[in-house]
Amino acid sequence: MEGVGRMEAEGNGRGYLAERGWRSWAFTLDHKRIGAMYLWTTIFFFLAGGLFAMLLRLELLSPQARYFSNHAYNVFFTLHGAMMIFLFIIPAIPSGLGNFFIPLHIGARDVAFPRLNLASYWVFAAGFLVIIGSLVAPMDTGWTFYTPYSAKSAAAVTTLSLGIFLIGMSSILTGLNFIVTIHKLRAPGMTWHRLPLFIWGMYSTSIIQVIATPVVGVTFLLLAAERILGVGFFDPAKGGDPVLFQHFFWFYSHPVVYVMILPAMGIVSEVIPVFSRKPIFGYKAIAYSSVAIALGGFLVWGHHMFTSGMSPLANTIFSLMTFFVAVPTAVKVFNWTATLYRGSITFEAPMLYALTFIFLFIVGGLTGPFLGALATNVQLHDTYFVVAHFHYTMMGGTVMGFFAGLHYWFPKMTGKMLNEKVARAAWALIFVGFNVTFFTMFIVGVRGMPRRYAEYLPKFQVENVISTIGSAVLAAGILVMCWNFLHGLRKGAPAPANPWRALSLEWRAASPPETENFHEIPHVTDWPYGYGTPKA
Amino acid sequence: MSGHSGEHADPAVAFESAKLGVWTFLATEVLLFGALFTAYTVFRMKYPELFRAEHAKLDRVLGAVNTVVLITSSLMVVFGVDAIKRGKARLFEACFGATILLAAVFLCIKYLEYTAKFHHGIYPRTNLFFSIYFMLTGLHGIHVLLGMGLLSYVIILSRRGRFSASYYTPAEMSGLYWHFVDLVWIYLFPLLYLIG
Repeated sequence: MEGVGRMEAEGNGRGYLAERGWRSWAFTLDHKRIGAMYLWTTIFFFLAGGLFAMLLRLELLSPQARYFSNHAYNVFFTLHGAMMIFLFIIPAIPSGLGNFFIPLHIGARDVAFPRLNLASYWVFAAGFLVIIGSLVAPMDTGWTFYTPYSAKSAAAVTTLSLGIFLIGMSSILTGLNFIVTIHKLRAPGMTWHRLPLFIWGMYSTSIIQVIATPVVGVTFLLLAAERILGVGFFDPAKGGDPVLFQHFFWFYSHPVVYVMILPAMGIVSEVIPVFSRKPIFGYKAIAYSSVAIALGGFLVWGHHMFTSGMSPLANTIFSLMTFFVAVPTAVKVFNWTATLYRGSITFEAPMLYALTFIFLFIVGGLTGPFLGALATNVQLHDTYFVVAHFHYTMMGGTVMGFFAGLHYWFPKMTGKMLNEKVARAAWALIFVGFNVTFFTMFIVGVRGMPRRYAEYLPKFQVENVISTIGSAVLAAGILVMCWNFLHGLRKGAPAPANPWRALSLEWRAASPPETENFHEIPHVTDWPYGYGTPKA
Repeated sequence: MSGHSGEHADPAVAFESAKLGVWTFLATEVLLFGALFTAYTVFRMKYPELFRAEHAKLDRVLGAVNTVVLITSSLMVVFGVDAIKRGKARLFEACFGATILLAAVFLCIKYLEYTAKFHHGIYPRTNLFFSIYFMLTGLHGIHVLLGMGLLSYVIILSRRGRFSASYYTPAEMSGLYWHFVDLVWIYLFPLLYLIG
């Protein structure tokens, strides 16, 4: 916060990875290193959460609980959900790729508050350490922690609440940092309408993080207070209301699905024009639809609670709002498709993942209205249809967008190229495995198979076996992809500064970028999507 | 550490960034208390008699005194920031010191109120009104404590001669935070102590 600056003098031209030793990472103020630490951490929890998913699929091979007890199964799906949501999908793109690329995209040397940025990583680390500590008595409540069960469960709910509170605090600090960075540190000439669409996505995301996260923070404080002090906000015996917990929880947890998806949409908006060699279609529509999704997303949380006993009027309003919020999402999909139209498309790994995002997200998106409509919701509520819909949007959407970003920016982040053939093979396994795993869930869901049970009716077994086989293919694909990353990191060919002939500013920096990002702060004269013109 | 100073070349940008950062943080804080105010509203509508009967057990005089104490502390912050803008570091430190002193008085009075309640067997678990009372005032009390730490840190910075008429960003920013803490109490006092 001090005004004395020393930055200008220090462009020593060394890559940001040059310095060695753990201190150079643990105390770094460099947004690129902090982003890299988030990426390592979140990918670790992605694999850990994935391991629990594989255990679930293993158990679901047979209609009776065979390998694990019911309690163990409950613990597994809770840990799968909680890890994937709080330790992977919420922080992965914003805190990982966002940290790395926001300053590079807007032509800045760092984020607005580098110390706060480092602090937010360590608050995050404290949070996941506390969460790991809570595994002494692991949660079996599902990742939604609904009262009254979570207020009475013997699991370490209080400890876990503290962990999630810390994770939330880290999320708020990161969002705050990004909002200020995007407002105040744009390079000369970088007007709002010349910003890369990834930045628009990240900006909208940050708004949600700052506004929604404190509410879930208080919710978990109240849950802890319920257990420690005996306050009764959510306890009907004391006049409280368990549904109030659901309102508080979803007031955060619905908008937060847009924290997950908006940055991924931003990545797709970057990748599609580069590999179609065409200007993005409908720049302003995509940009403002991000903001519209962020704001509209605050008005639909009740659609998670249609069967909780809310008033019919509230149900109707939430249902209507849910249909409205689908509009800006569709706007994006139409614009990406229009960008592809008559482009010179090439199918490098980032593009494959970006196209997969569009395809799977359309499936996930179009199955949303069935859940948003009141009549069908009653049938589909808490069935595998919800699981399938959620995974098509979150894994098929966000995670594919994340993979697109990892492949797209790998040369920039590491200075090494990936093996393209292995990358495509991994993609093929992931694409096939994903669809086999989750499409079957739509089918058993419509036929009435409820989620979150270790046992199920024998008539659903064929589909469940198919789904488990699919999940093995999916896991194999992810392992191949991870191997490719590690191999590329160690033995990849040196990457040029701009391997994809892209126009946004990060490609003007070296690969890997030097500590100060740019020799000289660039002067921006145009938007970053002028593909197919004489310049690119 | 990678040659990052963590500071901005342009002091004007640094000041504007800090200001936007603090206001954004305060937006977060509004939502933090907002959830509890929502719970207050919900339960007040549901149990108006309970709230009418229970709120009478709070000590209005002590609440009113505390309101005056906090508003005065905010006034001291205003004087302090005004002083440092004119480069008067000693006056600034005196004003912020007075703020911390008043904050301590506030917490002492709060302590007296809490112990009196406990003495009468009133705890957070007693009923929904006191659940809300203790959660809201407790969360606010934590903010007062954090604010005291923050203001002390700013005074130390000033003792080290870091501020001048041209640079006083941490002083103004911590002042903004303190006004927010004061403002929350200005809502808490009537909602909990006065409305029947």
